[in-house]
Amino acid sequence: MNFEYTDLMPALPEIFVLTMACVVLLVDLFLSDDNRIISYLLAQATLLGAALLTVSLHSAGTQMAFSNMFISDSMSDVLKIFIYLVTAVVFLYSREYLRERKLFCGEFFVLGLFAVLGMMIMVSANSMLMIYLGLETMSLCLYAMVALNRDSEHASEAAMKYFILGAIASGMLLYGMSMIYGATGSLDLSAIAMFVQQAQGDNNLVLIFGLTFIIVGLAFKLGAVPFHMWLPDVYHGAPTAVTLFIGTAPKIAAFAMVIRLLVDGLSGLHVEWQDMLIILSVLSIAVGNVVAIAQKNIKRMLAYSTISHIGFLLLGVLTGTMEGNSAAMFYVLVYTIMSLGGFGMIILLSRNGFEADKVDDFRGLNERSPWFAFIMLILMFSMAGVPPTAGFYAKLSVLRAVVDIGMVWLAVVAVIFSVIGAFYYLRVVKVMYFDRTDDKTPLQSPFDMNAVMSVNGLSVLALGIYPSALMALCTTVMT
Amino acid sequence: MASGLPLLSLVIWVPIIGGLLVLAVAKSGNNNAVRWLSLLVAAFTFVLSIPLFSGFDTTMYQMQFVEKLAWIPAFNINYHLGVDGISMPLILLTTFATVLVIVAGWEVIQYKTAQYMACFLIMEGMMIGVFSSLDAILFYVFWEGMLIPMFLVIGVWGGANRVYAAVKFFLYTFLGSVFLLIALIYLYFQADSFSLLDFHDVQLGLTAQIFIFLAFLVAFAVKVPMWPVHTWLPDAHVEAPTGGSVILAAIMLKLGAYGFIRFMLPITPDASSELDWLVITLSLIAVVYIGLVALAQEDMKKLIAYSSISHMGFVTLGFFIIFTIVERSGNISGAAMGIEGALVQMISHGFISGALFLCVGVMYDRMHSRNISDYGGVVNTMPWFAAFMVLFAMANAGLPGTSGFVGEFMVILAAFKANFWYAFLAALTLILGAAYTLWMVKRVIFGEVANDNVAQLKDINTREASMLGVLAVIVILLGVWPDPLVEVMHSSVDHLIEQVMVSKL
Repeated sequence: MNFEYTDLMPALPEIFVLTMACVVLLVDLFLSDDNRIISYLLAQATLLGAALLTVSLHSAGTQMAFSNMFISDSMSDVLKIFIYLVTAVVFLYSREYLRERKLFCGEFFVLGLFAVLGMMIMVSANSMLMIYLGLETMSLCLYAMVALNRDSEHASEAAMKYFILGAIASGMLLYGMSMIYGATGSLDLSAIAMFVQQAQGDNNLVLIFGLTFIIVGLAFKLGAVPFHMWLPDVYHGAPTAVTLFIGTAPKIAAFAMVIRLLVDGLSGLHVEWQDMLIILSVLSIAVGNVVAIAQKNIKRMLAYSTISHIGFLLLGVLTGTMEGNSAAMFYVLVYTIMSLGGFGMIILLSRNGFEADKVDDFRGLNERSPWFAFIMLILMFSMAGVPPTAGFYAKLSVLRAVVDIGMVWLAVVAVIFSVIGAFYYLRVVKVMYFDRTDDKTPLQSPFDMNAVMSVNGLSVLALGIYPSALMALCTTVMT
Repeated sequence: MASGLPLLSLVIWVPIIGGLLVLAVAKSGNNNAVRWLSLLVAAFTFVLSIPLFSGFDTTMYQMQFVEKLAWIPAFNINYHLGVDGISMPLILLTTFATVLVIVAGWEVIQYKTAQYMACFLIMEGMMIGVFSSLDAILFYVFWEGMLIPMFLVIGVWGGANRVYAAVKFFLYTFLGSVFLLIALIYLYFQADSFSLLDFHDVQLGLTAQIFIFLAFLVAFAVKVPMWPVHTWLPDAHVEAPTGGSVILAAIMLKLGAYGFIRFMLPITPDASSELDWLVITLSLIAVVYIGLVALAQEDMKKLIAYSSISHMGFVTLGFFIIFTIVERSGNISGAAMGIEGALVQMISHGFISGALFLCVGVMYDRMHSRNISDYGGVVNTMPWFAAFMVLFAMANAGLPGTSGFVGEFMVILAAFKANFWYAFLAALTLILGAAYTLWMVKRVIFGEVANDNVAQLKDINTREASMLGVLAVIVILLGVWPDPLVEVMHSSVDHLIEQVMVSKL
């Protein structure tokens, strides 16, 4: 095999992130605690540089590298840019939070960058092996990040749960992949897609067997019911800064993984995986929304809300149409922005020795800070899918795709549960606006965080008034 | 079009942007500036809406003041606005009611004044958006978006049990609307567009029509509200601050009825004809049973809330008797009378119920009680107020010479053409309405001064007198001379009936 320099070009952003992550790791060794900010700045610079590289290397067509194991197309470029953006915001939100809790260490940023690298590989994978490698790179970093606060029992427990269940899920996925490899004789997704198309009608029991394991693995990683048990515990136990990270950027990568495996690779088995996804999505929407009502801890509540959003995401994917895929992509991007805002607000309200992770900690926020109460109001209504917010259009486009393939009943089930789900979002609005508080402490958060938080919230509103541009982008990259 | 200005857009966006401006001014902490700015915005919006009436061509049934811009091209969704004779009067009602509400909250609202005013202004823009949208998704966005400010109004400035009422209000209406959304998406795939006018022309099989009809029924019946999905209304009304009650009764209830006439009748005419007995039965239950329920109320606001449900029963009755009328007599003008009567009833009820809630608000501000038993002999201490209250009560009971009479009378006349028993049951409202309203007036206003608190009451001030005075003039004016209102609707209603009578099968 001959390497040529041009082969590496499509993977340049990955190479850059890898190099810089190592640089940050080394530089951090020589920094005193006072200068730790340099690691933070280097990490941000890495994300910025990667974004610039991705934009400048972008071309309309599809580029392959490393013997077709690596693919760079419009979808991967757009998703990667969102991953950088979201991660940069995560780092920014986390900075003061970590500092106040004596967790402000280089490891957070190094692990974060390695996780980003894993996500980038997942997004750009064109081979099952690459998907697996990307997934493991990301997951291992996330396991470690959950345990970042090693003195906390909750965090250690969460990390162990996450690690064990994640390992089982990886095992399932790998087993499914090996089955598919056995049936098709290839790890290359395009080759698999060809084989599956031609094998239609033949006895494809082994393929379906493998598919089932792959779906189970994906469902574990996404947190779809009935494979969701780890998710609330991890969200709850991890330091909020890490929850913020787990709840946002990896969802984009997981979405890409689903598209790569099911749509790019196994679309010939659409009929089979559609039924499985219907069950997963209906259960996720139902269980997520109903159980969230009982939660008093807002991190747990948002975890269950995540599960229900994953259900909606799968609704879009299961249609198997271009509209469905672009609706699902729009959904995941909007969801990430909302989730970023939601967990960001918890960090914003937290201060040293006080985790604002109870729903009641938002009590009377309208009196303490009308502006951020308003931002949270927008975020909550957006998650509930009430217009004029971005969340409404996300639900609208998914429902439209579902009705388009004639599954009106599925759309009806989904909306009924989202009405049930509206209740717990309303409760957050209720405690912020309807309840009075004695706690008049003004919010203490750095200026840049306030600014980005405001932009984050308003972007949900702006996308709700003019969603057209982002929708068009999703449609373009999916066709 | 008389002027080149995008009038409808202005009427929608001036209050919304004005509301945000009010929030911005709030930083200064100067509540008077906030109040005057809000009033200015509301008054300016009202003035802007007048050309909609004066420049309206009553001879045409087509949409007027049309604006159309591409909004979400991927889904063929347009920013498409326009009004006809049915929606235009409702827009005027909205702009007028908002001015009243701002004035009504003047000294009363001390907590977070700016947010209160902003909620109403933003809500105003959204409600006008609902009345003027010709695109289903645009309609839905306004329809749902409006719930957010109302939720806050009830929850933040409401009474003791406000949280329960606000959440119930939101969830009830949200549940109704999501079915509407599914129906709209389904229609989109039939019509290949989200335009309401295309929806009106699309051919649908009977089964599909019946499902869509039921989805619409759930969405709009909750909003009207019709028995048995009315239970959110008394709670919401009782707990909401005066302004919230006024907007709820005067406008929000009309949105449901508007949905019936803009969506249900023209889009699913065959299903409506097939299932008209269902709506008529529910309407008559509302008129009679809810009328009896109103009789038993101890709380003035609750009484007026139930009276609203009962009066809205007339509106839905007027809409759905047209099928029987046309079937029995082939008479389009008789059917037109039913619908026009219902529309007049909507407008008139907007003024009367708004006025009654303001009256209760006036008393509540002084006594902090809504219980009928806490009052008695108010006329002795508040003669001017008593005069107004009695007038509005009479109008509510449907006294000839007030606007309340016109709509009810037209609907009852039309009902006679459909079926004697419809008319008989509907006419019971004249007795029941008089009974519950006048009995309340008797217990609250007349008689001996009941207690020391009543003895110390002060009569209405200029602000209150001007609000009630303007409303009194309108109620009487529409009662003796309803012609301009009916004329505006005429072409649109005739066209609607023609549309409805053409089968889509």
